[in-house]
Amino acid sequence: MKKMICLTINGKEYELAVAPNMTLADLLREELLLTGTKKGCELGDCGTCTVIMNGKAVNSCLVLAVQASGKEITTVEGLETEKGLHPLQEKFIENGAIQCGFCTSGMLLSAKTLLDKNPKPDELEIRTAISGNLCRCTGYQKIVESIKDVSEGR
Amino acid sequence: MTEYHVINGRAPRLDAPAKATGRAMYVDDLKLPGMLYGALLQSPLAHARILNIDTSKALKLPGVKSVVTAENASMVPYGVSPARYDETLFVKDRARYIGDEIAAVAAVDLETALEAVSLIDVEYEELPAVFTMEEAMAEGAPQIHDKYPGNMCAEVHQEFGNVEEAFAQCDLIRTDTFLNKRQDGAFLEPNGVVADFDRNGYLTLHSSTQSPHYVMRIIAMVLGLPVGKVRVAKPYVGGGFGPKAATNSIELASCLLSMRTGKPVKMNFTREQVFLFSRARHQFKHTLTTGVKKDGTLMALTNECYLEGGAYASFGIATVYYAGSLLGAPYRLPNMKYDGYRLYTNRPACGAQRGHGGVAARAAWEQQIDFIAEELGMDPVEIRMKNSMEAGDITCNDFNTSSFGMKECIEAVKDGSNWSEKKGKMPEGKGIGIATGFFVSGAGYPIYRSETAHSTVVIKLNEDGGTAHVLTGSAEIGQGSDTAMGMIAAEALGVPLDCIKVSSGDTDYSVDLGAYSSRQTLMTGHATKNAAEDLKGQVLDVLGEKLKVPVDQMDIKNGFVVFKGETPDFTAIRTIYAKEHRGFFDNPGEDEPLTFKEAARMAFLARGSMVGTGKYKPGELGGKFKGAAVGTSPAYGPSAQVVEITVDKGTGKITIDRMTDAHDCGFAINRTSVEAQMQGSLSMGVGEAMYEEVKFDDKGKILNANLGEYKIATALDMPNVDTIIVESNEPNGPFGAKEVGEGAIMPTIPAILNALYDATGARVQELPLTPERVFKAIQKKEEKEK
Repeated sequence: MKKMICLTINGKEYELAVAPNMTLADLLREELLLTGTKKGCELGDCGTCTVIMNGKAVNSCLVLAVQASGKEITTVEGLETEKGLHPLQEKFIENGAIQCGFCTSGMLLSAKTLLDKNPKPDELEIRTAISGNLCRCTGYQKIVESIKDVSEGR
Repeated sequence: MTEYHVINGRAPRLDAPAKATGRAMYVDDLKLPGMLYGALLQSPLAHARILNIDTSKALKLPGVKSVVTAENASMVPYGVSPARYDETLFVKDRARYIGDEIAAVAAVDLETALEAVSLIDVEYEELPAVFTMEEAMAEGAPQIHDKYPGNMCAEVHQEFGNVEEAFAQCDLIRTDTFLNKRQDGAFLEPNGVVADFDRNGYLTLHSSTQSPHYVMRIIAMVLGLPVGKVRVAKPYVGGGFGPKAATNSIELASCLLSMRTGKPVKMNFTREQVFLFSRARHQFKHTLTTGVKKDGTLMALTNECYLEGGAYASFGIATVYYAGSLLGAPYRLPNMKYDGYRLYTNRPACGAQRGHGGVAARAAWEQQIDFIAEELGMDPVEIRMKNSMEAGDITCNDFNTSSFGMKECIEAVKDGSNWSEKKGKMPEGKGIGIATGFFVSGAGYPIYRSETAHSTVVIKLNEDGGTAHVLTGSAEIGQGSDTAMGMIAAEALGVPLDCIKVSSGDTDYSVDLGAYSSRQTLMTGHATKNAAEDLKGQVLDVLGEKLKVPVDQMDIKNGFVVFKGETPDFTAIRTIYAKEHRGFFDNPGEDEPLTFKEAARMAFLARGSMVGTGKYKPGELGGKFKGAAVGTSPAYGPSAQVVEITVDKGTGKITIDRMTDAHDCGFAINRTSVEAQMQGSLSMGVGEAMYEEVKFDDKGKILNANLGEYKIATALDMPNVDTIIVESNEPNGPFGAKEVGEGAIMPTIPAILNALYDATGARVQELPLTPERVFKAIQKKEEKEK
């Protein structure tokens, strides 16, 4: 039997009936077509499904949709505002921090979670914050540089 | 020096805005109306006879639309190399590894499809299995393929020069063995497909593939469709690195299911199924014997290699050749003998992965060269500089190096790392190591024998000439090829990059062999450049007629027509253009020079659709001996690296402190992308050196088929890399460009191994460098010294 949930996603309120075994990742991707959230392993290992839930970066494949009830969710689609791209998005694009792009959404959201709490992180703090987001393409360097650029206002 | 407007710069990637905002569509993001979901039944046993398959219960489950097995599917054999088509869509009588495909189901949703799979009853008779090369070669070993006795998938025997005679003249001969471990591609996006067979008999397959062209041919061949009725299109692909180049089981199964049901069918591998399908790096066991003169001159090498290949050949025929041929360079080596053996085992099939076939060989030899240097009292840099090839050198196995900045790369990392100040002077527990390597810039020959162009490209101008649309079958899989092609097209046509639109990865656009063997920058790049030049020529032809100016007196640069002599009066053209675009906002200003847009509009008015075409096929390359095709390439990209590490002698834990990397990419089309390829290559090399190993239980089941227990490098494992781009201007490359995506991985593992030896004096000739293995090697070394 489906359960009713209320949650806020990218600033918009939703009232939805969801199956009790549906994950937040599937709710976002399959029901709401917010496909910027990726599914790389569905085991919480890779971080491609990272979203921000009440200020914390979480693997949305490990969160049930019903657990997200009453929560505030930010996905990659919510990073851009009417003012334009988020500075992290701008720097990722400018610095070549994106290759295949499959880890990008999760990386951006882990980075945003870090900077929201700690606007001036050192390199180890940056690397630690994204250590749950695997990337097979970049070697992480241009990603770390981009996060540093934003934190230092470059 | 030629002045360029677009290439050799640092353009942001064309696909980056879509990927940064979550708008980029990957295959699992596609949904089609009425789409069904498919699932596979795979063998739970590593080697088993299949006595009976009963699908009746599955077929009765509400929501199931089709169940296919060997009984009702095409059994046309396929694979990668036509010489070894040893796979069928489903196993007929025998499953050869845990994961071998037995049946597929299409149903209204994934849950129903998975339930139906669980309702298929298969009667197995378990057979004895072989899991290692040794078991596969043992006398009386169970045979995996009746056609290939002794479980020998392929063997290679080559000799160039005369090794025995050369050894007789050597002052030092040394033999070492080396063993790596099976890797997984570990791309972040699991393989996925959506197949759609329409009512006019056209089949479209959306797939996360590296090679739409090869997949299209295999699908047409296996499913009995004309090539012209099959379209393979890849959306954005979340990494490939080699394993996504071979046609996979869900590509074929989804197409078959779509043809049977008349509905689109979606299928995805789970992460575990990615490991089961594998087609990733083999395990190699190398025994190398190298002979040198007292002064360090390399004289001869014998290389014996065994490869654990898994249940099917896949790319493995090429792999076993590469494991020999890629030691022909980057050093002058007059005599080389190679004996390679690829063995079938009851494990997932291995295939191609970044640095195809050459990574373990390179690690083995670069480590041995350091041991030899030590015995001769030479510096590792010195022995490498002494033997390095230079542009124009031809290897003993007939690779022709038309450009080859090997010495420049070695010098660059020597200086960049401050080698001379550090080597032999590192504090306790710290070490420094150097290694080199190289890779092909595109396979010289296609996988199937053919006279086909390797790349064709079409560029269409829109009617006002403001946008040129590049259409190519090449595959953007994350490496940045769309941007590289856009930049090449912009430069060759003479327009800014924002006037170029690139559509790629679709067999309807053009023939292109795809993203493997580091081929697209050179090969698709050539075809793109040719197409742009063709188009520019056509526009200038029309313009020349209108203005009465000879074509060779005009050019197009940065969006404007440039006249070599006096600028003719073009007001008539400007007036026509203005009339054609009355009310538009982007008409050229009164004082502007004649624009490309205006010229292109005149061409459209005179001739209709303006289309430029280009193609590329390498000339005759390489030697005439058996297997000469594997490793021949129009160009070769050399690479050198210095790695500095800290070893905790109490635990055996290695920390990589610093990496300095130089790669000769011929000419950097996009400098940012070249660096990105170098850094990415190094991280994959670090993973293989330090952590990665696909592990099995004694029944052939993978123990770590997930990204938690199969460990790739994280942001905390990778140091920052000092990337140095070396440009040697490759005569066979478009604008002088050649590969960067694979050559850069070659030196990583041996540079780490050599740094470990420098730090500890312990010889480790087996990967990965787990703390346990390193600790034991240090213990063993200290025992010996007591």
